[in-house]
Amino acid sequence: MPVKVVIPTPLRQYMGKKDSVEIQAGTVGEALASLTAQYADLRKHLFNEEGKLRSFVNIYLNDEDIRYLQKSETPLSENDVISIVPSIAGGSVLRCICS
Amino acid sequence: MALKLNQKLLDEIRQHGAREYPNECCGVLLGKAQGDHKEVSEVVPLKNLRQDPKLAQEILPLEDIVTETERNRFLIDPREQLRVEKGARARGLEVLGYYHSHPDHPAQPSIYDREHAWPWYSYVIISVDGGGPKGLTCWVLSEDRTQFHPEKVEGANL
Repeated sequence: MPVKVVIPTPLRQYMGKKDSVEIQAGTVGEALASLTAQYADLRKHLFNEEGKLRSFVNIYLNDEDIRYLQKSETPLSENDVISIVPSIAGGSVLRCICS
Repeated sequence: MALKLNQKLLDEIRQHGAREYPNECCGVLLGKAQGDHKEVSEVVPLKNLRQDPKLAQEILPLEDIVTETERNRFLIDPREQLRVEKGARARGLEVLGYYHSHPDHPAQPSIYDREHAWPWYSYVIISVDGGGPKGLTCWVLSEDRTQFHPEKVEGANL
């Protein structure tokens, strides 16, 4: 199935500045594998050493988070849009529970 | 490498930090970029999802939810990011970075900030001391993720 993968700005530098690409795949997992096979520099930002999606990478299929669908096994339909959405998080310092 | 941020937008960030005190506030910076120069045209305040610990733990779990709370951690709901980014793209704008506050703590990035940052984005941090917004700083993560580089902020009195 041809699907579009939308790339967040911080990762476009690894893809010749493209903001999206079209990929042929049957599941979300296949689409991400195909994407990182074509653009190898992306792999370390999306997956850890064990090949699992990094905890601060969110994958949306259209408007649904895949963790609430079938994760990497989520099947794709023609013209679906996969969005890679980085988790934006941070904070100051740990607080002492006694203060 | 510089971020252009006018006084009105700076004041919006400061006011958001003061409103959310003693909790961390967060939001997104929208505008246009040309190479290493980014010009912010809109600031969009967003909810700190750490105020909803059950949902936040599903998205990006914390190790210790007793000492790590919305008072010293922020998380933006990825659904909100997607919504804001789609709206921005439709108006010819892009996400240039994000801001958040450090209640009663200097506007210096923490190890936790660095571990969770992404390259290229400008990270604005505002210190809110006793409820009053103080200093504002801006940072960009190095390519190798080992440090933040300070980014100059132009166009406003910090």
